[in-house]
Amino acid sequence: MRRALRGAAAGDRGRPWERSLLLVPAMRDIVSRTSRENDRPPKLGRAFGRFAAVKAPGKEEGLRLVPHLPAVGSARGRTIMRTATKGMLAGLGLMLASSTSVLAQELTILWAEWDPANYLQELVNAYQAETGVTVTVETVPWPDFQTKAFTEFNAQGSAYDLVVGDSQWLGAGSTGGHYVDLTEFVKTHNLTTTMAPATMQFYSEYPGGSGTYWSVPLEGDAVGWAYRKDWFEDPTEMANFKAKYGYDLGVPKDLKQLVDIAEFFHRPAENRYGAAVYTQVPGDAITMGAETFIFSYGGSLGDYANYKVTGLLNSKESAEGLEDYKKLYTYGPPGWGNAFFAEVNTAIAQGQVAMGMNFFAFFPSLLNEATNPQAKNMGFFANPPGPRGDDFAALGGQGISLVSYSQNKDEAMKFLEWLVKDETQKKWAELGGYTAAAAILESDEFQNATPYNKAFFETMFKVRDFWALPEYAELLDEGQQGFYDYVVNGNGTAQEALDKLAATWVESLKAAGYPAE
Amino acid sequence: MMTTLSPTSRAATRGWSDITIRNLFVIPTVAFLIIFNVFPLLYSLGFSFTDFRASSKDAANFVGLQNYADILADPVIWRSFATTLWYVIVSVSGQFVVGFGLALLLNRPIPGKGLLTTLLLLPMMLSPVVVGLFWKLIYDPSWGILNYALGLGKTAWLTDANLALYAVAITDIWMWSPFVMLLSLAGLSAVPKHLYEAASIDRASKLYTFFRVTLPLVAPILLIAVIFRTMEAFKTFDIAFVMTGQPQAELISSRLYKMAFAQWQTGPASALAYIVLIMVLCITNIYVKYLNKAKER
Repeated sequence: MRRALRGAAAGDRGRPWERSLLLVPAMRDIVSRTSRENDRPPKLGRAFGRFAAVKAPGKEEGLRLVPHLPAVGSARGRTIMRTATKGMLAGLGLMLASSTSVLAQELTILWAEWDPANYLQELVNAYQAETGVTVTVETVPWPDFQTKAFTEFNAQGSAYDLVVGDSQWLGAGSTGGHYVDLTEFVKTHNLTTTMAPATMQFYSEYPGGSGTYWSVPLEGDAVGWAYRKDWFEDPTEMANFKAKYGYDLGVPKDLKQLVDIAEFFHRPAENRYGAAVYTQVPGDAITMGAETFIFSYGGSLGDYANYKVTGLLNSKESAEGLEDYKKLYTYGPPGWGNAFFAEVNTAIAQGQVAMGMNFFAFFPSLLNEATNPQAKNMGFFANPPGPRGDDFAALGGQGISLVSYSQNKDEAMKFLEWLVKDETQKKWAELGGYTAAAAILESDEFQNATPYNKAFFETMFKVRDFWALPEYAELLDEGQQGFYDYVVNGNGTAQEALDKLAATWVESLKAAGYPAE
Repeated sequence: MMTTLSPTSRAATRGWSDITIRNLFVIPTVAFLIIFNVFPLLYSLGFSFTDFRASSKDAANFVGLQNYADILADPVIWRSFATTLWYVIVSVSGQFVVGFGLALLLNRPIPGKGLLTTLLLLPMMLSPVVVGLFWKLIYDPSWGILNYALGLGKTAWLTDANLALYAVAITDIWMWSPFVMLLSLAGLSAVPKHLYEAASIDRASKLYTFFRVTLPLVAPILLIAVIFRTMEAFKTFDIAFVMTGQPQAELISSRLYKMAFAQWQTGPASALAYIVLIMVLCITNIYVKYLNKAKER
């Protein structure tokens, strides 16, 4: 067609808008006919007439387009108009059809703005090379991520085909009709056995134990610890520690030891502090930190299947865990009441703390000397068990879900099929993503790839999560306030804080229509 | 100079009447206001009487005044209201004192007055989020310049339950005092000079002149500044949201944001928004009454 156009244009292609009109067959016909008649290069203006000096009454002489189309209403004029109209409609239809087929070759994934999203973009570039389907990972800063995603869901918008949503969104995403049921997909690809069991349970299944799945685990993550190996291995520190606590300084074997180590290194006069833990209220930071201790001390946030809270959240074990979490907070840097992942990594990079709690996804930057001058001195360990051997860690990470309103569901399903392949998961792990594929996690190659991968592997088989009900955000907000009030503001005892929170959660669950206790 | 439309003007020759021209300007504006202001306002009023959740596909159920009753019985929301009220008092009075003080200083011949005024206006030209992030660094207990300069040790401005609100208010005062200063300067420059001359002839003291001449004449414009700042302070969200997560310093806008967009309690959030709107209207009305009285005097 281009050649034909060029031929018709006879070396003079006219202005861009004129060239676009030439795409319509009827216009081409007029242009070529006029070109033949006038023996002139067929610019569109010339096709309809010629420029001539005209003097209008009361005005100066100027160039005007003098049309040489047939008279309006004449038989030839009507024929040309009909042909032109048909041609324009046909051209428009062709353009629309071709644009739709182009759209079908694109997929958009929504995720939060952080390093793993960049790794995912690298990964999907390979998919594009294989299939020709363009996959774009669109990112939103963490504080706006949930709002942005659910605003789009609520509007039933098709801007995103897939979303890498937080585990707590499962309830709202599934019951709200925003996620496509992937149970058949999970069964077909045997994901319940190929993925780490906890990741399927918390990233994918809702309601718990129902066998209904809404996502494919993508970025496995959980809370772990980074520490200063040089401080831990310093002979003087080791001797002093042993003299004070009666056992060797090293990677803590349980959380009681971790609290001891934090106390030991807490030296405000030297601008050195024991531990940096999560304390921030906006988001879920302090709950993630506190629940890690509550779970590991044998406590619980409640019976998720039966909506029971009393006696579980405010058990003695939960209170003991929360007390020790508060101790860790007091061994943190000054003003440590508004800290999440960025603040923890900053404190480590500034050489302020001996240990830092963080999600594994944020550990790669600690090994980068450009962002952490202490990179060579970093060590990592999985969250240790509690005093009675309960061994858990708060779950982070996300699964990838198919958005119900996507107009490219078939293409998105093909993408998911590609994503769960072993080789893709391996490539994902190589790029820096935290795969949930059990075989890869268990491989020596993965565990030895970075100083924190072994700790990650150990953690992913002992994770626990927060409530995933559609009303999780209300429970989370109440939890954040309750934990903060005790841990940071120092109001009351741990038992009182948990009793109060348990009563609040019972009320919230009742108000949301769940079976009352 | 007054311009009149001659009969031979372009509009007249095109045949557009004054009414047509007026409508051309007014109708798009009114349509815009109706579509983007009035309609959402009424729509959200309807939501405030329902249990609607924007994140759910469930239909909205009419719950009457239940949302309003729940909100007014919620101690967390009352705490946010009390915090907001105290914040407004501290912030607006601070801005008033600093802004008016600066205006009095600048309302006299001093070298470099223009440059000084421009520099003083800079804070209010910045984005509130940027200001919040800057001040977060300034307040940092470990390496912030404020503690260092004042020798305050490791004072945790933004996480201490007793200090966080004041820390945010200080930032707001820093940012918006120039606004009060600007309006005050306009008011001060409009005070007729002959009144000061008359006061001087009557041997009135400077304090007497200030309270009997300057303040009464500047009062209306000061009240306008206070109205604007009160309304804005009541709605403060960005600075506080960026600077602190301390629940004891949670302003009503932050609570509203959480209800509406984190928890998707659309119905109750709409009810809370209306309660806030009514409160702001009440406070503004009180000010407007005072403003009218001041004008009458």
